[in-house]
Amino acid sequence: MSEAQATVSKDHGAQFRGTVSDEILVTVKGLKMHFPITEGVIIPRKIADVKAVDGLDFYIRKGETLGLVGESGCGKTTTGRCILRLEDPTAGEIMYDGKDICQLDNKDLVDVRKKIQVIFQDPYSSLNPRMKIGEIIGEPLKVHGIIPDEAKRRERIGYLLGRCGLHPDFADRYPHEMSGGQRQRVGIARALAMEPEFIICDEAVSALDVSIQAQVINLLEELREEFNLTYLFISHDLSVVRHICHRVAVMYLGHMVELSDCDELFDHPLHPYSQALLNAVPIPDPDLEKTREHTIIKGEIPSPINPPPGCVFHPRCPLAVDSCKKNIPDFREVRKGHWVACTEV
Amino acid sequence: MGALLEIDNLQTHFFTSGGTVKAVDGVSYDVNAGETVAVVGESGSGKSVTALSILRLIPKPPGEIVGGEIRFQGKNLAFCTEDEIREIRGRDISMIFQEPMTSLNPVLSIGMQLTEPMMAHMQMSEAEARERAVKLLELVGINEPRRRIDQFPHHLSGGMRQRVMIAMSLACEPKLIIADEPTTALDVTIQAQILELMKNLTREMNVAMIIITHNLGVVARYADRVNVMYAGRIVETGKASDIYHRPRHPYTLALLKSVPRMDRPRQAKLDPVEGQPPDLTRLDGGCSFRPRCKFAIDKCAESYPPLEEMGEQHFSACFRSKESLAEIEL
Repeated sequence: MSEAQATVSKDHGAQFRGTVSDEILVTVKGLKMHFPITEGVIIPRKIADVKAVDGLDFYIRKGETLGLVGESGCGKTTTGRCILRLEDPTAGEIMYDGKDICQLDNKDLVDVRKKIQVIFQDPYSSLNPRMKIGEIIGEPLKVHGIIPDEAKRRERIGYLLGRCGLHPDFADRYPHEMSGGQRQRVGIARALAMEPEFIICDEAVSALDVSIQAQVINLLEELREEFNLTYLFISHDLSVVRHICHRVAVMYLGHMVELSDCDELFDHPLHPYSQALLNAVPIPDPDLEKTREHTIIKGEIPSPINPPPGCVFHPRCPLAVDSCKKNIPDFREVRKGHWVACTEV
Repeated sequence: MGALLEIDNLQTHFFTSGGTVKAVDGVSYDVNAGETVAVVGESGSGKSVTALSILRLIPKPPGEIVGGEIRFQGKNLAFCTEDEIREIRGRDISMIFQEPMTSLNPVLSIGMQLTEPMMAHMQMSEAEARERAVKLLELVGINEPRRRIDQFPHHLSGGMRQRVMIAMSLACEPKLIIADEPTTALDVTIQAQILELMKNLTREMNVAMIIITHNLGVVARYADRVNVMYAGRIVETGKASDIYHRPRHPYTLALLKSVPRMDRPRQAKLDPVEGQPPDLTRLDGGCSFRPRCKFAIDKCAESYPPLEEMGEQHFSACFRSKESLAEIEL
């Protein structure tokens, strides 16, 4: 590597660029989302609830990237959908800029939705196959009446495509003419079109090949710096989360089990589930893997229809004691900024 | 003693309306008895097509093995008859597919699917096969195997279905198992359980395994040797520690540098491979990685670089491998 290149990479060094302020953008309090299961066709009766999200408390600061990790069915996507108000939460409040998103009427919701955007996982199913790329990106600008003039809108679409690393000519193509990585860039351009403050990235890089994934991760980071964005980064890929996030929250079966600064969580995980999760991820280094201890947790994730009483993790937990079967542990702050829901740590 | 499986200059092409797709274009590698060999690469690199070619599962048309040899215990599988390959498929070589949801038959019970290969290949009676099926389910860690054996795939979770797939692959005591992305569809804690199970069982039974994956972490944890594929060819092959710590091919190096590491704090921005993988219908005579390569020189456009020896069992297909490409700490 030449000297010039070395300086550049040092410049991009360990520190994140862009500013994380102390100002809080989103506060979630006691969020619950239960989906009813009904029986009977003519007169449906509720027979049970799927407790997808069952009491979450957290906040997101302006300019930061908060990672939300966990395995399938832990409620991380549902949490994101509640913040977008694509679901009506069963209980709790979501404060955004001083307003409770859950209580807004349709008219006020439209204003909030301009500021909150989402990037979905699957670049194949999240773009309408019958619309041209330019129409997909330009639609929100037209609907919200932000740029009514068509020529100006085309210019803006061209700029957005260019900013996301695509040629402006892509505006006249259809999604099927593009690769997965290119489509994901379109998804990002669409999210940026409204000049949002806050973007929810729901497994935004999970479906991509590693070399393309790295390109998209870098793009997301550049955009965060340039437009001062705040991200909620939902992912099951812990390596990517460690790279991109300032703080990380671990979810299990609808509950948050641990929340702390990124390096703190990865270097000193406290909750037994976080420890098991980190231990299960193989590291791309064969020498290290040979010496690493592999403690593998037994069993599978229980059903959220009938979650275990007390601490939801107790049936698989190596530290569980009798009281874990009865009492739901408090989500408490054990060190500054490090929260954990376990009585035994 | 020769290797258990020797693939020699395999070429599998697909003849489509858009042109000939050279999905596998001259791949050679060996698998010795009892060892675990990984094939790593991104989508479209030809890793799955190579595996499907071994079992002759390439749909024809449009696909066809157009050249090369696949020698399994001395027999060339590439051009043997359908009856001969059926003798081997499921018995000596079995396969674990990626999608446990779609690779089991939804209308047959677990027991039916498990006993079928044993009755076909090992001349077992139905009762014998059923008895062995129960033992296999127990072996792969399924509780209450006698109840589970009469259930259908939709009764089982993803992790359990993959355990059933493993039980099926072991049913006829194969010599080689091909696992195509066996844990990609599973959650990390379940992935760790399944991989540990596969590793222990293949050791105990001395079964060789080809594990196909794009996950560099999985490879580091489980493979003895690694083949890195790009655009239908192997670009680098060697022992796992050589590939990870002393990579000689620019693509391997770039691949390793583009994955973030979970075990250390963020160092810098990622250093991705720019550009897109090539269109396999439009490959020229030169190195296919050339357009994305930081080290490309004029010579790279003239001919495809051959695999050259870099060290013990370590080969790389790059004209500049001998220069010190990889003096970068990984």
